[in-house]
Amino acid sequence: MTAQPKARQLAFTMYPYARSADQSAPTRAHHPVVVVGAGPVGLAMALDLGRRGVPVLVLDDSEGIGEGSRAICFAKRALEICDRLGAAGPMMDKGVVWNTGKVFHDDRLLYEFNLLPEGDHAFPAFINLQQPYFEKFLFDAIQAERAKGAPIEIRGSNRVTAAHPSANGVTLEIDTPDGPYALQADWLIACDGARSPLRGMLGLGFDGRVFEDNFLIADVRMNAAFPTERWFWFEPHFKSGDSALLHKQPDDVWRIDFQLGWDIDRARELDPARVRARVDAMLGPDVEYDLVWTSIYTFQCRRMDRFRHGRVIFAGDAAHQVSPFGARGANSGVQDIDNLGWKLAAVMAGLAPDRLLDSYDTERVHGADENIRNSTRATDFITPKTPVSRMFRNAVLALAETQPFARAMVNSGRLSVPCTYDGSPLNGPDDPAMPARTRPGSPCPDAPIPDGWLLAALDGFTLLTLDADAPDHVTAHGITLPRLALTANDALRTRYLGAARGAVYLIRPDQHVAARWQSYDADAVAAALGRCLGKE
Amino acid sequence: MPLITANNLSDPDDSYARLIATHDGLTEAQSHALNARLVLILMNQVGDARTIAEALDLARATAR
Repeated sequence: MTAQPKARQLAFTMYPYARSADQSAPTRAHHPVVVVGAGPVGLAMALDLGRRGVPVLVLDDSEGIGEGSRAICFAKRALEICDRLGAAGPMMDKGVVWNTGKVFHDDRLLYEFNLLPEGDHAFPAFINLQQPYFEKFLFDAIQAERAKGAPIEIRGSNRVTAAHPSANGVTLEIDTPDGPYALQADWLIACDGARSPLRGMLGLGFDGRVFEDNFLIADVRMNAAFPTERWFWFEPHFKSGDSALLHKQPDDVWRIDFQLGWDIDRARELDPARVRARVDAMLGPDVEYDLVWTSIYTFQCRRMDRFRHGRVIFAGDAAHQVSPFGARGANSGVQDIDNLGWKLAAVMAGLAPDRLLDSYDTERVHGADENIRNSTRATDFITPKTPVSRMFRNAVLALAETQPFARAMVNSGRLSVPCTYDGSPLNGPDDPAMPARTRPGSPCPDAPIPDGWLLAALDGFTLLTLDADAPDHVTAHGITLPRLALTANDALRTRYLGAARGAVYLIRPDQHVAARWQSYDADAVAAALGRCLGKE
Repeated sequence: MPLITANNLSDPDDSYARLIATHDGLTEAQSHALNARLVLILMNQVGDARTIAEALDLARATAR
């Protein structure tokens, strides 16, 4: 989503400006990796690379985390990635878990749904958590890693004003309270958000579809006894908008969203008295609350043609933007860096050719297209653009009250799930006896194992064996893969074994499946590892 | 399942008459809304996404 620019106020001051030695160095300082933007995606990128021992410098034009709840729904896959990065514990402690959703049309409850998350996963389908907390917990994890020696540096009030890419790196010009300086980076990761100044500096396009609608966010703090559920209204009887959403956040704060339409007077709609009138109509006259944060946003669904431009790589909202319906913004940005971190580290270490990074482009463009498709469909359902589209939408809603089949068509945002990289050049052999959900390219579904959880045991390239023999360590292409030897339990059988008697999985460092076989073959595993490193 | 374009109705005249009679007394807007619900109900009955796509293409191609 794109909120209107205004003087940025901070929820947390985290990295106040401090003069760096680079600013008075006689020659231009050199850094292997520079990340621009310390939002959720930039921080996760720095954390991932730093934990791999890759020196990373983060530049941000602010000195901390901006206020406002903004992204509030963090999905299972993002939490699993944060767990791999050592940041998920505080998120789970603070976040609100919800399972029940209610869908209303006008004054009628059409139906209730339960997310019914599949059992035997460490993390729930979603938690609700204000974005500043999400960023703060990533920052805290960075501080903890730094204390252990991880080479991560964050410079606040360092605003990039120019970027000059070359074949071997990028020269950056940076403005600070002490004046400008320049530095040289081998790799530049642009995580500078939907308005990405870097994208503009490099003259790169960002095309897509504009949705002509304005949404008002009102975060209110109240102690009213609303249940921890997601309530969504189409054409609500209280007339506070064409659609409305009520969703619980931590700290007794509720996210309320009103769809206002296109032709509005923003300043007037943000008048607290007018916001309160809308909220009063929704909650009823006797509910006491405080307005915590209000904002009006519009959105577009668009992406860059390519996310990789030589030594400059774009991630998160800078590379792709979706509507907020379905929680695919911040969640997909975290998946971007999950995909990029191990590849960049492998290329920098000389373990993989440069073209491995082209697969970041292939795979995450595929993911962005899937997210854009899903979020566009939800948006078209919530905000019909033609009379006939509205007629069919309302026909679905009319049937949904009594007919189960119509509920499948009601789309107020689909569950954000990670995409499978079908067709990726990194994918190796598949075995048709095994379940489709774990085919090559798929994110590994979690499952209980004797010492805890499967995903917590997958860090780096891993050879997972289920009721199958293999050596304890396999070395190929300069990489030693540990073997995770498991005996199938119910969850592992359903998710990984299927009709096969045994299974050998080559798992990527981002916990996606690279290849799988029914039994171990040293040459086949080595070939698949080479392919996964971009050597074919 | 390919789209059936030969007659598949057990009693074409009766079903057609019921379709028209179902709209008796409705305003044009109410009739359009009824048709929309009917399309959704029948689409679910067909089920198969490719068959539905064929039907949509046929309906669109016939538009003048």
